[in-house]
Amino acid sequence: MTDSEKICIDVLSGPDEEQPFHYAAGVYGSVFINELRDNKRLMGIKCPKCGKVYVPPRRVCPPCFVEMTELVEVSSEGSLYSFSVVSFGFLDPATGKEKPVPYTYAVIDLDGADNRFLHFLDETDHNKIKINARVKAIFEEERTGGLLDIKHFTMV
Amino acid sequence: MQPVAIVGVGQTKVEANKIRERFEDMVFEATNKALADAGMTIDQIDNVTTISNDFWDGRTISSMAINDACGSYDKNVSTAEGDGTFGAIYGLMRTLAGTFETTLVVAHHKGSESVMRLITNAMFDPIFERSMGIDAIASAALQAGSYMRKYGISEEQCAMVSVKNHGNAKKNPYAQLAMDLTVEEVMRSEMLSDPIKKLDCCPIGDGAAALILATGERAKKITEKPVWVKGVGYCCDSYHLGYRDLAGCDALVAAAKQAYTMAGIVDPRKEIDLVELHDAFTYQEPFWLEGMGFCERGEGGKLTESGKTALGSELPVSASGGCLSSNPVLVAGLVRIIECALQIRGDAGEHQADGVKTALAHGVNGPAGQSHCCWILGGEA
Repeated sequence: MTDSEKICIDVLSGPDEEQPFHYAAGVYGSVFINELRDNKRLMGIKCPKCGKVYVPPRRVCPPCFVEMTELVEVSSEGSLYSFSVVSFGFLDPATGKEKPVPYTYAVIDLDGADNRFLHFLDETDHNKIKINARVKAIFEEERTGGLLDIKHFTMV
Repeated sequence: MQPVAIVGVGQTKVEANKIRERFEDMVFEATNKALADAGMTIDQIDNVTTISNDFWDGRTISSMAINDACGSYDKNVSTAEGDGTFGAIYGLMRTLAGTFETTLVVAHHKGSESVMRLITNAMFDPIFERSMGIDAIASAALQAGSYMRKYGISEEQCAMVSVKNHGNAKKNPYAQLAMDLTVEEVMRSEMLSDPIKKLDCCPIGDGAAALILATGERAKKITEKPVWVKGVGYCCDSYHLGYRDLAGCDALVAAAKQAYTMAGIVDPRKEIDLVELHDAFTYQEPFWLEGMGFCERGEGGKLTESGKTALGSELPVSASGGCLSSNPVLVAGLVRIIECALQIRGDAGEHQADGVKTALAHGVNGPAGQSHCCWILGGEA
């Protein structure tokens, strides 16, 4: 087999561009997205059985397996539970562009919520990030409806 | 449980890019090796379970495209999507159902033909998580950070797992990444998503594996060295990272307990001789071993550091090199079972451990260890 012999074929059949999806956000997910866009409010949902509040709001409390219907607002502030400073690029499926590195993922205990919320933290110096630090959401000026209407969280 | 045994195993070498082979070529090779190992022909296979993932194959109903290659043409075939340990449980259940005496289970994966980060990103909730670009590595890093900070597990202790497993891989002809490394080299390797560095990570690779299960009496007729399924257990945690205790592995604790109970194991530290771990990242050796009860919670780092998990020591863990040296996704779990079977038979070759009578094979499905599966295998019925 020589170098010039063609043995692979490129086919675009990926999940992103060639196979577009149009996902439903669901009844409660839509409320979350709209409240975030229009009022910079984070909406959660409360389990009628155990009282836990989940954000973003989804329909089922997993341990109780009961339907949740009571929407409650949770704070856009909280404390940092875990983080990772990411040093390798990522081709953003939403924009098709490479995300500049480094950037930081944060797992956050939002005040008033019982599950943890995943988002970006604007600090990328590992030594400056403290577990349990107080953090707050910074919102985009132009909000289009989606999780990234929160620009990132920042330590306060 | 009615007695069921593994009577034949086969695996391809795992390689970074099997450019000459398509999915079905790898499946054909693994199937034929398992048949040869069992001394069987395809006519003697009563039914087939295949394991594949549509995203990685870039094809809907990927399982149906390999039917000719695994000999399921004109047979009862059913399919599983997920790690090989879970697919093998489906095969085990089909064997136990009473309709079939022999079951072929085959898994394939090519990581080389697509963009791994986009595919593992697609595991996540498309509305609330995916747009952030989170993937397998970053989610594991969030878990590693939570676990390591809580219990004071050091990056050096994790690096020791990389040194051990890549070293073990040198003795396994099927392994992809076999290397002599030092802890310093692992520590100096490129930071990907802290605390996970390049040499804390499994490689992307291509491969296939197959095993044949048979009911008790039939198994004894097929082979002189049946490897018996003593117990299985599996448990799933919540899909969402934010719903889980990332510093714990409750699903593994439950899965291991189920498998031990079924196998009649009271103290795994005394009764299990070898573990093949689904260790795609180094922190997972101490973490998962704690979950399986091989040490107390938070003591996994010290267990690794003590050298007890090395080949030739008291509890060899991933003597094959584990997922850190070769991780064809889905196939990896089936290889864990196959490697345990080879160790019990005494057929593991250069990486054979001494006196393996009972072994634990482990598989993981979902981001950051969402779902765990444990198999206890033994040489006596």
